Amino acid sequence: MIQNLHVRKKEENRFSLNRRQRKLITSIVAAILLLGIVVVGALLDEDRIATNLIARNLAPSFDHLFGTDWLGRDMFARTIMGLSLSVKVGLIGAIGSTSIALILGMAAATMGKVADRIISWLIDLFLSVPHLVTLILIAFTLGGGFKGIVMGLVLTHWPSLARVIRAEVMQIRSAEYVQISKQLGKSRGWIAVHHILPHLTPQILIGFMLMFPHVILHESAVTFIGLGLSPHEPAIGIILSESMKYLSAGMWWLAFFPGLCLLMIVQTFDRIGENLRLLLDPTKSND
Amino acid sequence: MPILEVENLSISFNQYTAGLRRKNIQVISSLHVTLEAGEILAVVGASGSGKSLLAHAILGILPDNALVSGTIKYNGEVLNASTQASLRGKEIALIPQSTNYLDPLMRVGNQVRTSVKTGDATVAQRAVFKRLHLQQSVEKMYPFQLSGGMARRTLLSTAIVSDAKVIIADEPTPGLDPVVMKEALNNFREFADNGCAVMLITHDIESALTIADKIAVFYAGTTVEVAPVEDFTGNGESLRHPYSKALWRALPQNDFIPIPGSQPHPSALPTGCLFAPRCTMATPACSEKQPDMQNIRDGMVRCMHAT
Amino acid sequence: MRKMLLGKLGIFLLLKGLRMLTLLIAICFISFLLVKNSPIDPIQAYIGADMLKVGPEQREKIAEYWGLDQPVMVQFLNWGSALLAGDLGTSMIFRRPVAEIIGERFVNSLVLMITAWVLSGVIGFVMGVLSAMKKDTWIDRLIKWYCYTLASTPTFWMGLLMLIVFAVWLGWFPIGLGVPAGVLAADVTIADRIEHLILPAITLSIIGVANVALHTRQKLIDVLASDYVLFARARGERGFILFWRHGLRNVALPAITLQFAAFGELFGGAVLAEQIFSYPGLGQATVEAGLRGDVPLLLGLVIFSTFFVFAGNLIADLIYYAVDPRTRESRMI
Ligand SMILES: Nc1ncnc2c1ncn2[C@@H]1O[C@H](COP(=O)(O)OP(=O)(O)O)[C@@H](O)[C@H]1O
Ligand code: SF4
Ligand SMILES: [Mg+2]
Repeated sequence: MIQNLHVRKKEENRFSLNRRQRKLITSIVAAILLLGIVVVGALLDEDRIATNLIARNLAPSFDHLFGTDWLGRDMFARTIMGLSLSVKVGLIGAIGSTSIALILGMAAATMGKVADRIISWLIDLFLSVPHLVTLILIAFTLGGGFKGIVMGLVLTHWPSLARVIRAEVMQIRSAEYVQISKQLGKSRGWIAVHHILPHLTPQILIGFMLMFPHVILHESAVTFIGLGLSPHEPAIGIILSESMKYLSAGMWWLAFFPGLCLLMIVQTFDRIGENLRLLLDPTKSND
Repeated sequence: MPILEVENLSISFNQYTAGLRRKNIQVISSLHVTLEAGEILAVVGASGSGKSLLAHAILGILPDNALVSGTIKYNGEVLNASTQASLRGKEIALIPQSTNYLDPLMRVGNQVRTSVKTGDATVAQRAVFKRLHLQQSVEKMYPFQLSGGMARRTLLSTAIVSDAKVIIADEPTPGLDPVVMKEALNNFREFADNGCAVMLITHDIESALTIADKIAVFYAGTTVEVAPVEDFTGNGESLRHPYSKALWRALPQNDFIPIPGSQPHPSALPTGCLFAPRCTMATPACSEKQPDMQNIRDGMVRCMHAT
Repeated sequence: MRKMLLGKLGIFLLLKGLRMLTLLIAICFISFLLVKNSPIDPIQAYIGADMLKVGPEQREKIAEYWGLDQPVMVQFLNWGSALLAGDLGTSMIFRRPVAEIIGERFVNSLVLMITAWVLSGVIGFVMGVLSAMKKDTWIDRLIKWYCYTLASTPTFWMGLLMLIVFAVWLGWFPIGLGVPAGVLAADVTIADRIEHLILPAITLSIIGVANVALHTRQKLIDVLASDYVLFARARGERGFILFWRHGLRNVALPAITLQFAAFGELFGGAVLAEQIFSYPGLGQATVEAGLRGDVPLLLGLVIFSTFFVFAGNLIADLIYYAVDPRTRESRMI
């Protein structure tokens, strides 16, 4: 007599995809969607958000999905352009910050105790001031605008990833095959390129993807308080900060849709990053 | 009637391997074991042979990704998840394998007291500490302050105070000094003599032989032999399975010859008899199908050439 | 024993203090250099809208008055020695001592931040525990979904939503300003203050919940999968009793520590919430100082917010030190 003592809660059907395959597919779909937004946003020309005094202050309808603003500009087109801009700025910020993290993380792990100390101190330095305050300070130094915000984003998002990379490199360096290469007289550079970088790629990719949404959120926040992108740019932060004047007049759509879209973009990136981690880091993915 | 019967128990785990595939690894297969009231059954076998999993399966505390089939009976009644839950700590007590099983942030005295089901918990805890030569001050300590032996004795105490009918002790003796070890083993004997049953999982065949009534030998996730303790004598002629004989002969006081080869990993089990790759008596037939458990001379064995 | 422990604590605090000191000095120096290099004209900040009426001589006089005509290093030394004497300088836009402004605003911000901190901590902890105890059920999925969504939500957008719903549609709360316009500060009642506090505090709490909840959930799941919980289950414990005896004590400490270590984020959240709700706290002052080029105030705020973060980290460390028996009681054998 055989009887199941412990019936599994989620018996998966043989024909359905397992969880990991589903994650991979949702990630790809999400990535395509995001790419679409960037491309569409870049292709939309200024005509789409031209002032149209006949169609001012319209609530959302089929003609204007997200309504129009006080100049009659279509909020849907503005939102898409804003998102596209957010993704672009986010991309620059995240690439820059990831590069810093990579360089400092590698340096801390390979250039001896002093370098390690200095970099760890530097990381502490950046973590000592509230992130938003650091961003405001850097933006202020560079006189606000595109340059200020991008520099701020690049300079402030690297610390946690640098720590991850440092730990990872230390681990790889102590691995046997690296020790053997060393004894064979391979140079530091050779080992870095042939052994360390390949193993680091997944970590960098994951770190980059998880950093991205933060960068976007910070950009929009700093732009919102007025120290980021200039008011002439179609940025989400600008749209939302302008909308504040009209909220008391009941024009809720000016704030609601652009913010919601920003949220969805950020969340999508976050999900892709998390899925990527689950796929590339199998030790954490059995539950 | 046996107090505890395990029939045809199999356990496997679902695991993701590299990439997108998922794998099912069988770690225990068609395992049989019975435990009578008043007796001590020693379970011996190499590490990784599934001893701890058997203990956890009986208590129903396997991890979520474990698939279990087979039957477990307690007093003749087939157990399910909820009856298992109601027996835990009351009828069946576990002495876990490692001292990590103590809550790091709870004073050990309190941890022992939570096992007491009837009567004054503090009195019971102090009595058992005294019996196991633990000073009263130990009850106020945290696990990280204990030496290995003290932690072992604390684990032992939790079972002793529980009044359970069945005690499953998963390698309870490493790290104990000889005096305390003897005391602990005597405790088990006393339990059994009072009508309880003890399953003593151990590496240490020699000391198991001094107190056990029966020995079950595990290999690669199944029982290969269950023999009365008297059969472990001489050159092992009375034993039934080549693995038990080899194990017996490998002891220092006997020939002290290790068995060549190693136990197969659960993900790479041979077809046919699991011991065949290392067995000196193997024939081609052995590799064809896994031999069934059969009764021979007052014991059980899983070998087609057993006598 | 006791003495030795105190000695160890002393060394620990000393090392911590030294590290913080080096960081603080570096932060003062770097921030000073940064703001001095800003193209934003500090004299304009001082003069404000009257810029056109001011001639070059007057500009020079103003620059001289603020010491702006001296080399940067000299300016830094002047500023630094004043700082050591406790003088943060004078705000250019408020024309009052920076220390005074920060002190005043800090009280406002503190009320806001403490409310949000306690609310988000308690609610987040309970949510995380619930989620982990009911792992893989609909409750867990709901809480996880909420937290992941909230973690991606721009704080300022959440603030705008609160404004739209509670201030504009329902009209329950004023649309802005820390105190009612046109009322003398002395006449502002406690009730008024509370009224203006509620929306920003709720906004910050709603967002702040996510981090604690997700962290607590993960931690408790790890604890529930630990050997000692397995053993507790083997002894017949389950459900709430199991959580109470073994879960809570192993999860609470990391959660509390996390809350203290998150002071920086709390401050950042307050900057945005105060800006949206025109709440007169430190955050709003930071934005004003940045936008209008009030260098002394901005520097003062950078330093103060650094102290704030340090305080959080130090408390977190001390709690570990004082509460965790593994650090509190040294080995006794
Ligand atoms: N949670 C798990 N997931 C996958 N495999 C496991 C798990 N727990 C145990 N195993 C495997 O089951 C086998 C038996 O383990 P165990 O019962 O602990 O052995 P023993 O106690 O005899 O040393 C081992 O090969 C181990 O790797
Ligand atoms: S069945 Fe064959 S291989 Fe297996 S133990 Fe018996 S003799 Fe050896
Ligand atoms: Mg074991």
